[in-house]
Amino acid sequence: MLIKRCLPRPILSSILTMVWIMLSDIITYGSVIMGIILGIAIPLMTQRFWDAQPVVKKPLLLLRFTLRVMLDILVANLEVAWLISRPWRRPRPAFIEYPLTLKRDFSITLLASTISLTPGTISANLRLDGRSLLIHVLDTDDEQAIIDEIYNRYERPLMEIYE
Amino acid sequence: MAWLDKAWVDTALETLTAFFLIAGALITFISSFGMVHLRDFYLRMHGPAKATTLGVGLILVACMFYFLLIERTFHIQLLLVTIFLLITAPISAHLLAKVALHQKLPSDISTTGAPSELREEDVGQEPDTPHPEDPGSGQRHSP
Repeated sequence: MLIKRCLPRPILSSILTMVWIMLSDIITYGSVIMGIILGIAIPLMTQRFWDAQPVVKKPLLLLRFTLRVMLDILVANLEVAWLISRPWRRPRPAFIEYPLTLKRDFSITLLASTISLTPGTISANLRLDGRSLLIHVLDTDDEQAIIDEIYNRYERPLMEIYE
Repeated sequence: MAWLDKAWVDTALETLTAFFLIAGALITFISSFGMVHLRDFYLRMHGPAKATTLGVGLILVACMFYFLLIERTFHIQLLLVTIFLLITAPISAHLLAKVALHQKLPSDISTTGAPSELREEDVGQEPDTPHPEDPGSGQRHSP
């Protein structure tokens, strides 16, 4: 009971402690103790801002999703770089309404961040009702293809992982 | 780390450092080039989003190899910088886009799709005809 009250978010606490130790170059008693103090204090202080802790249902799928996003960042970056470095070719930008099927705030945030991270698409606005996402695309001539790609590559895995 | 003290390791590390450094610089240059010639705000947003992810990421990898080569130490902090950038870059891009939509910045003519955020609204606009009971308009200049 006491442990649950002092450590409301064990994962966040351990990540904070590890990051602090990694930041302070060499592992000393001081850095470890300071990391533990921060790991306990910061979750307690920010407790009121947090939503319910998301439960990762399929950790392996999450790992695969992360790797896929990393690879996509690389590929999409090169594509956009190639597009920009030819100024005589006019890009065909578009605003796209993406219909969301995710329900929880946390997974919607993850999806929006993923869309923004892969260059060429930026999530511009989450509608107030939480049902659609406005996306700005740098260069496309087929909006439905973009929507399908985002759904199949990112949203469906996220839904399986978190919802 | 004894295997690090071979001559060919030095050459390999040097090559890798140079490669990542040049690649990062090239990506950063291209994205700033995009800032110059792309036509509207929404398009220009895509440039920096790229420079922060891949460009800075590559330069940090080069940095990691450099310290491995010179000091024979491995700095995990450089990886942390990449992770922090990956977390913060989409949020800043999202906020920039939101502000641009809020201010109804015009998008390029070639843009397809008209989001409701950019459409002119009737709500909150100045009325064309003055209100009859408004003392500040209408009859003020009559003799």
